[in-house]
Amino acid sequence: MAEGAMANDAFVVFDRVQKSYDGVTLVVKDLNLSLPKGEFLTMLGPSGSGKTTCLMMLAGFETATHGEIRLNGRNINTVPPHKRGIGMVFQNYALFPHMTVAENLAFPLEVRKLDKSVRDEKVKRALDMVQMGAFAGRRPSQLSGGQQQRIALARALVFEPELVLMDEPLGALDKQLREHMQFEITHLAHNLGITTVYVTHDQTEALTMSDRVAVFNDGRIQQLAPPSELYEAPVNSFVAQFIGENNRLMGTVTEITGETCVVRLDSGDIIDAKPVNVSKVGDRTQVSIRPERVETNKARLRPGVHTLKAEVTEFIYMGDIFRTRLKVAGHDDFVIKTRNAPDQIRHQPGQMIEIGWLPEDCRALDAP
Amino acid sequence: MSLPVYASTGQRIWHYAFRVICGLIFFFLIAPIVIIIPLSFNAQDFFTFSPEMLRLDPAGYSLKHYQDFFTNPDWQLPLWNSLAIAPVATLIAVSLGTLAAIGLSQSHVPFKSAIMAILISPMIVPLIISAAGMYFFYSRVGLQGTYWGVVLAHAVLGIPFVIITVTATLVGFDRSLTRAAASLGAGPVRTFFMVQMPLIMPGVVAGALFAFITSFDEVVVVLFLGAPGDKTLPWQMFTGLREQISPTILAAATVLVAISIALLITLEVLRRRSERLRGMSPT
Repeated sequence: MAEGAMANDAFVVFDRVQKSYDGVTLVVKDLNLSLPKGEFLTMLGPSGSGKTTCLMMLAGFETATHGEIRLNGRNINTVPPHKRGIGMVFQNYALFPHMTVAENLAFPLEVRKLDKSVRDEKVKRALDMVQMGAFAGRRPSQLSGGQQQRIALARALVFEPELVLMDEPLGALDKQLREHMQFEITHLAHNLGITTVYVTHDQTEALTMSDRVAVFNDGRIQQLAPPSELYEAPVNSFVAQFIGENNRLMGTVTEITGETCVVRLDSGDIIDAKPVNVSKVGDRTQVSIRPERVETNKARLRPGVHTLKAEVTEFIYMGDIFRTRLKVAGHDDFVIKTRNAPDQIRHQPGQMIEIGWLPEDCRALDAP
Repeated sequence: MSLPVYASTGQRIWHYAFRVICGLIFFFLIAPIVIIIPLSFNAQDFFTFSPEMLRLDPAGYSLKHYQDFFTNPDWQLPLWNSLAIAPVATLIAVSLGTLAAIGLSQSHVPFKSAIMAILISPMIVPLIISAAGMYFFYSRVGLQGTYWGVVLAHAVLGIPFVIITVTATLVGFDRSLTRAAASLGAGPVRTFFMVQMPLIMPGVVAGALFAFITSFDEVVVVLFLGAPGDKTLPWQMFTGLREQISPTILAAATVLVAISIALLITLEVLRRRSERLRGMSPT
């Protein structure tokens, strides 16, 4: 999508937003972001990266120190939270403990002065939507974590907001339930055509659920891209390191020819890479290569590419894949992953092998 | 708590000594209150057990002091005065105390502990000093010797209790609930009455009970500020003890004890109910 087209039908816009709590340090530094209607955007980042602050500013619980936040073309900086009409799912669900499930869901409808018959109808529909119809008369304390989570979701959706914010809603659930809920939330959001801003520090969640992911670090968006691009084409060493597993090697660029470059590692070995954040010969770089893109079968490599000698230090059987730890170019934390296929070689510790990769899979990024 | 089989002699002695000490403490706390109850049914006009009473002879007992209490204008006027003052003072104390506690629980309020100390001070400063101070101040503004003067003074004495009990319940209050209410479209006032108030109710009710009792048995301030027409029950009991030692005082005391017990039971029932409602609210 072109920048211009996006700016036109942008539904949520952060325009040069800054936030400081103490007036000295900026928690959010110059945030620019725009979401089209119906998009599922995830803000991903380590704790303290500013992602939750951004969500709270959008919800209205924090005010931006500088800049403008627009919703549907309207500046909402001075609109109080209860007049923004934004649905929100909280980390701890925040269900009202003194109300039943049905009363919790009816709350936003009562506030909007809907008739009792309309209210009941909407509450019933919202409960059915999350398969909790049988629990209308229960109190939150009588529900399990997963059930409370569904009610919180239904409550955020029952008044049909166009925008829903979710603050690490699945953090407290166990793994299996979490995966199930990830699927359910994305499904609901897409079916209802709701614009969603989702905050998490779990990268798997971000990759599986989102249309686009904004990776936050140090108060800035490091990269804003669809999940596949984020994983396969990280634009800097932070993103490469934060998303998925990653092998890092430090070196200096010695040659750049169009789409490929040659890097001399600190150990003296020579490798091929794709220049991303390096511009000239002599630049320091951290090259990044995904464990599953490392090739151990020389026959499958492009002729003429550089290879490295490696010593197998550990072989871990993980069922669907094998994880092999190697000592490469002086680093002993180099990991490769191979599929458990019938013809796959199971390397033994101590074995010397030769590894290589396609130059486009190895990205020469900035040296942190 | 039963004694383990391996207890040493010293531990055994302590085990029983401990029970005796506890028993004595309860005895000293309760005996003076309990003793007035049978005495209030005395057929004689004395503060002692008559030989008939000790023989459990029905002739030794009568309800005449209760009759006196409920019919004699000397007692009826103070009773109604107390009932007119205490609820109004409680209402004022609860409203102001709850608001103060909520305000003081916000993180952005400056000088929190100083403000808290000032608001709590009526509980700490000796009552006679507060009463004297109020006397001079209320005289200047024309409140001395009026119904509202006594009500305001009692409200001031009740506020610290409300602040303390409400602050205690606010500690466990999940602030994301008020945020959730806002995100669902509820303004601050609605959020307060529909979400926050029901959840801090136990603290509010406990504070109200203390404020009510404070006003209901307060004697020093009312002696300074009250007009003769505003004579309250404790005031009447106090003067009654000095001037005409009548067992009607014992009947009045028994009625007050009964009211206190009823209030405490109500409070406990309310507390349990709301505890159940709060349930295992996620933290």
